[in-house]
Amino acid sequence: MQFLKTIWEWFDERTDASKVLGPILKHPVPPRTGWMYVFGSATLISFVIQVVTGIALATAYVSSADKAYESLQWITHQAFMGHLLRGMHYFGASAMVLLLGIHMIRTFLTGSYKFPRELNWVVGVLLLGLTILMGFTGQLLRWDQNGVWSTVVAAEQAGRVPIIGPYLATFLLGGQTVGGATLSRFFAYHVFFIPALIFAMVALHLILVLQHGISEMPDVNRPVDPKTYRAWYEAMLQREGVPFWPDAAWRDMVFGVLVVICVVFLAWHFGPPELTAAPNPTVIQADPRPDWYLLWYFAVLALLPHGTETYVIVGAPAIAATCLLVLPLIFNRGQRAPSRRPWAVASVVLIITGVGALWIEGVRSPWSPDFNARALPPMVVHAADAEVAQGAVLFHDKGCEYCHAVGGIGGNRGPELGSVGDRMTPQQMTLRILNGANNMPSFASTLKPAEVSVIVTFLASRHLADSAADAEPH
Amino acid sequence: MSDSPKVSPERRKLLARLSIVLGGIAAALVTVPVAGFLLAPLFERVARQWRTVGTVDKFEKGTTVEVTFEDASSLAWAGVTGQTGAWLRRQPDGQFVAFAINCTHLGCPVRWLQQAELFMCPCHGGVYYKDGTVAAGPPPKPLTQYPVRVTDGRVEILTTPTPIA
Repeated sequence: MQFLKTIWEWFDERTDASKVLGPILKHPVPPRTGWMYVFGSATLISFVIQVVTGIALATAYVSSADKAYESLQWITHQAFMGHLLRGMHYFGASAMVLLLGIHMIRTFLTGSYKFPRELNWVVGVLLLGLTILMGFTGQLLRWDQNGVWSTVVAAEQAGRVPIIGPYLATFLLGGQTVGGATLSRFFAYHVFFIPALIFAMVALHLILVLQHGISEMPDVNRPVDPKTYRAWYEAMLQREGVPFWPDAAWRDMVFGVLVVICVVFLAWHFGPPELTAAPNPTVIQADPRPDWYLLWYFAVLALLPHGTETYVIVGAPAIAATCLLVLPLIFNRGQRAPSRRPWAVASVVLIITGVGALWIEGVRSPWSPDFNARALPPMVVHAADAEVAQGAVLFHDKGCEYCHAVGGIGGNRGPELGSVGDRMTPQQMTLRILNGANNMPSFASTLKPAEVSVIVTFLASRHLADSAADAEPH
Repeated sequence: MSDSPKVSPERRKLLARLSIVLGGIAAALVTVPVAGFLLAPLFERVARQWRTVGTVDKFEKGTTVEVTFEDASSLAWAGVTGQTGAWLRRQPDGQFVAFAINCTHLGCPVRWLQQAELFMCPCHGGVYYKDGTVAAGPPPKPLTQYPVRVTDGRVEILTTPTPIA
């Protein structure tokens, strides 16, 4: 112990480390900040997990389009602790997104973005954008079928930007198609460009936190007045401030360690997401989906009114970013207490509810055809009539079942047809099949009259009483 | 820190400006090649090439099948990602039409359902008729077509950039 102390004193004397770091660690902070203030440091800890596990993964990952998939399979299934490491990187990313979101909500609800901390918020918003970009580029680096096709989807979305869109897409892909240059580019974005920006922004964020101090708990009797706030804050710190280390930092340490334990446990218990099929742009059996934190946006793209995609893909992020960035510039004074800011609370509730609802829809994806729909079994068809049975076969073979379910079997893109015989006449069904409808193709050119007839016979035999008895798990 | 009597304010101003200009020159010297390298794909003109995807008799009239061919600008380390797929339809009159497999909504790979004679997209439910026109769902326009020709009994498709909206 004495030996270590001697080494530290030698080092400290030559670097002045304790003189530099001591005041930072022990800078006074407001009292009674409590557990609501731990999410920022926990987000930083998640980022550190990502950096450490990411560097370790990079020692084995081959960022070449023809070898990346195999190298990741080796890391996941053969390398010592590779499975755990990839899992930690995956759950670390999830933790970072989740904690950053909670940190932003806490900052917003307690009005901590108000004077003089406006720029802290702006930098935080930029960090949010960079974190989402990290998540998305990381998903692509799996370079499986999902990764390759997600790359195409990303380029398509970039291509919607007016004027520069096609150039942006080409820049992202490193060419005019997905190929050898694409993965190298995304690898560079994920491990160099974006992390470098995050490091810079985190440094600026921390400098600003030290510069302006941690915001005190809101008080309804003390709205923010830029003319008097600084003097009041300094006086309050002198009067009742406590040193950050260890009076406030112990909570950050406790929560941070809990986050690390959770990430390691989840990685050990669930492991990383399994890779889908090997990357091959010619294999069309792919069903690209974003990771969980972007599933809500996946739902947005499916549910948009026809013809509005470009405006939403380009405009919505721009509007959202603008709102977040100008928020502290417009509302930088006045009440901070959530109890006096009902619109702030309502907007958070609205956003969480909306994103949550879209997220559930994203998980269900009812708009996607069910390509694996199996033929309707006899217990669902229950046909004494041969024509009804034949209609059920055609209902499957002609693709109706990809979008319509009967007895719980089939897609959810269109209405359930288990009781369609109760609500439509055979004539109406025939017209619908031949002419199509809103969001339904016309089958006039693909079905022969006899085929339409037996399908309609089958559908006309579907009634509510039978449907309830036949329903079985999808 | 006291002002040095040997350095006049004008000279100090000159030295400051000189330092800034030199810093700018150094930054430009580094930035130009870096930016040029990164932006090069935007200015590259990749020569499109006709790729053979099979002989004419391989494709039955009235059918649509997937064909694959190599990109025009495939790099040695692209592996299988240097390949592109297309849906090739031989019309009842013998003519060929080639469709990109990318949905015009957001680029996902559309699947051909032979019995239903429809293309369907797994991502957001876009549906197209056999001639590539939109049948249902969010796609804003028909499937992109690739130039296709028949030469000496071989069906050839012209390599084309990934269709971006």
